[in-house]
Amino acid sequence: MKAPSANAPLYVTDRASVSPADLDASCRLPALALFAGAAIWLFVASVFTLIASIKFHGPGFLADHAWLTYGRVRPAAWNTLLYGGAMQMGLGVALWILSRLGGAKLSQPILAIAGAKIWNLGVLAGVVAMLAGGSAGFDWLEMPRYASVLLFLGYTLIGVSALATTHRRTLREFYPSQWFLLAALFWFPWVYSTANLLLVARPVRGVAQAVIAWWYAANLQVVWLGLVGLAIVFYFVPKLLERSLHSRYLALVTFWGLVLFGSWSGIPDSAPLPAWIPTLSTVAGVLALVPLLATVLNYRGTVKGKCSVVWTDPSLRFVALGFVAYVVSALMGLAEALPGVSGLLQFTWFVPAQHHLLIFGFFIMVATGAAYHITPRVTGLPVCARCMAVHFWVAALGILLSVMPLAAGGIVQGLKLSQASVPFMDVTHATLMMLRVSTLGDALLLFANFIFLKNIGGVLLRLGRAQLATSWAVATAPAQTPEAAR
Amino acid sequence: MSRGPFIFLAAFFALASSWFGLVLVPQAQLGRQVESKTVPAGDIYPQARPGLAAQGREVYRANGCASCHSQQVRQDGISIGMAVVKPGTNLTELVEAILKVAPELGRNRAARLVQELPKPILTGVTRMEADKARREIAVTGAKAVVTVEPVGPDIARGWGKRRSVAADFLFDRPVMLGSQRVGPDLASIGSRAASEEWLLGHLYAPRSVTPGSTMPTYRYLFEKRRIQREPSPEALRLPEAFKPEQGFEIVPKPEAKALVAYLMSLKATAQLFETPMLLPPEPASASTNAPAATSGGTNSPTRP
Repeated sequence: MKAPSANAPLYVTDRASVSPADLDASCRLPALALFAGAAIWLFVASVFTLIASIKFHGPGFLADHAWLTYGRVRPAAWNTLLYGGAMQMGLGVALWILSRLGGAKLSQPILAIAGAKIWNLGVLAGVVAMLAGGSAGFDWLEMPRYASVLLFLGYTLIGVSALATTHRRTLREFYPSQWFLLAALFWFPWVYSTANLLLVARPVRGVAQAVIAWWYAANLQVVWLGLVGLAIVFYFVPKLLERSLHSRYLALVTFWGLVLFGSWSGIPDSAPLPAWIPTLSTVAGVLALVPLLATVLNYRGTVKGKCSVVWTDPSLRFVALGFVAYVVSALMGLAEALPGVSGLLQFTWFVPAQHHLLIFGFFIMVATGAAYHITPRVTGLPVCARCMAVHFWVAALGILLSVMPLAAGGIVQGLKLSQASVPFMDVTHATLMMLRVSTLGDALLLFANFIFLKNIGGVLLRLGRAQLATSWAVATAPAQTPEAAR
Repeated sequence: MSRGPFIFLAAFFALASSWFGLVLVPQAQLGRQVESKTVPAGDIYPQARPGLAAQGREVYRANGCASCHSQQVRQDGISIGMAVVKPGTNLTELVEAILKVAPELGRNRAARLVQELPKPILTGVTRMEADKARREIAVTGAKAVVTVEPVGPDIARGWGKRRSVAADFLFDRPVMLGSQRVGPDLASIGSRAASEEWLLGHLYAPRSVTPGSTMPTYRYLFEKRRIQREPSPEALRLPEAFKPEQGFEIVPKPEAKALVAYLMSLKATAQLFETPMLLPPEPASASTNAPAATSGGTNSPTRP
């Protein structure tokens, strides 16, 4: 690995020959298409999450409709959250960051826009199929074959646009966020195609399916979400604080740790497999502490002495909240891998709590901060500061209320499950109160996502109105005849 | 890390390593797995599920049953013990022998035990201790066996006799191990469910058979119809509170029957090489189960 040269510029500044305004303008339509799609899916996801959450403790709620049975709504909620909301928003931010850091206008924006449309179509097809009972039956891979093909195609188109932009960059030196984003761009097609080919298209035999499904889930959540989310953190925190990233070497440790250990983790200790597979996975899961430590040190070094600024900038607040959620969810993930504790937490509410904290608490929050920074720049229209503040507090409270009770309930459930003398019904009933509290959190998150939809939609409406007014003005302007001018 | 190719190669090798380790090698090892033979009976295991049960697996998948139910029994380890199966001619001598290997029992209880054979005498000992005790009992003319029992909370809850192993899922497509236990584990529901009718009743109205259950109702798998000349033999016999109005009956749709057939086919109890167990003979069916115990010698400790 080539060591960074001593005089490598560590500042994230706009040194490009192209003006930032031009770069922003080139990203306008793709970024807005992706943000708007994500905002809609996030809202849909939180509706599904709330329905599923009420069903946790009220099993009679909407139970008599096959389309809305718990076992279909829950995968629909997770899939819309992850593919519709998180990944889509991440891709929008990634395009903008790659354009800014490369100092090049977005290449082939038309491909990115087409990709965004196809991606949304894929999510829609997948969710409808899931609700109709067409789930493929693997966690995080419930989408049926045709929806997966659409997702793959959409991602590839967006990825081509991102790679072409990077290829044409005017700033040759790579900043850490670019490593993260480029690796992530390349990661998803590989893991997604492997998993779909071997699980959905031509299924392999027996528990090899389960191994591949776990491998995919870890690569998507730990590696892809980790890489893109941390790329956003490492870009926006130094940029908005107007200082340099604390250490490029620590970022390197984060990068290698995430891709090496993250991609091997995720297979539970007690899985019905030959012992070497869970053992290796456990080792990788515990070693994931190394990149986590490097990330925390790097973040701390970067914000040191400027914490007050973090709280005053509306975008940076979201990023900081997301970073805290990342650390907590990574520690929870570590607990799930740790021998001794893992058996206690497996099969409990603790696991979905960790997923929710990672996807919503970390990734969506970080990407929301970025979207609130990017949207005014690409449209020239501000998002009202008050709306962003309300969104922040509602989301923060919602995350706290939906994740913490679920995690606590999971620990209680695990402890009681491990004592065979406690009847199973008592185990279930012991968690009910915490599940009710988490429903409250999910309701708050629905409200938060509504505010986000309203904020992004409001900007889009104003933009559309302004465009209409301009074209109307152009069309109805009094004709300037040469005679009159004379 | 300042050039595109470096990043590409770094990501490529990291991903290739995990792809090799967690996709290719497991596929080479597990993807070619074939049926194994049970120990000691030598039957082929597993058998492919019958047609209706295979259809039921599709119902299980489509309705996301795996969202709440795992199919994966975990095991902490094994417990080695010794059980007396059959008395010899001299009961007094047998009681003395039992007291010698398990003095904490006391003479009264030992005397009662020998009346109710087969009974486990020792549990949680080493293999050598168990074997020594077995020989002590054998000299009295009684028959004793060394037992190897899988232990762990899942097994104590009656969710299975042993841990789940790769062979249990050989023919399943998709394999639905599940990730949560909002409801009980179903790896061996087929061997513990009271009857198909019980399962149907539980699907239609979970709280009619299990008060306090948090399982959703699956009424859409059933048909409510007017009773024609006489009630259908398939109609559910429900408790009063859950009955439909007068003149109507609840009949399972084909999906419900298939789902129940699938659940009844979930019986991961076969004794395999990788799950050593010599279960203590059960009192009721001692004559059928006892022979398995004498062919000892495979009681190597398992992975916890």
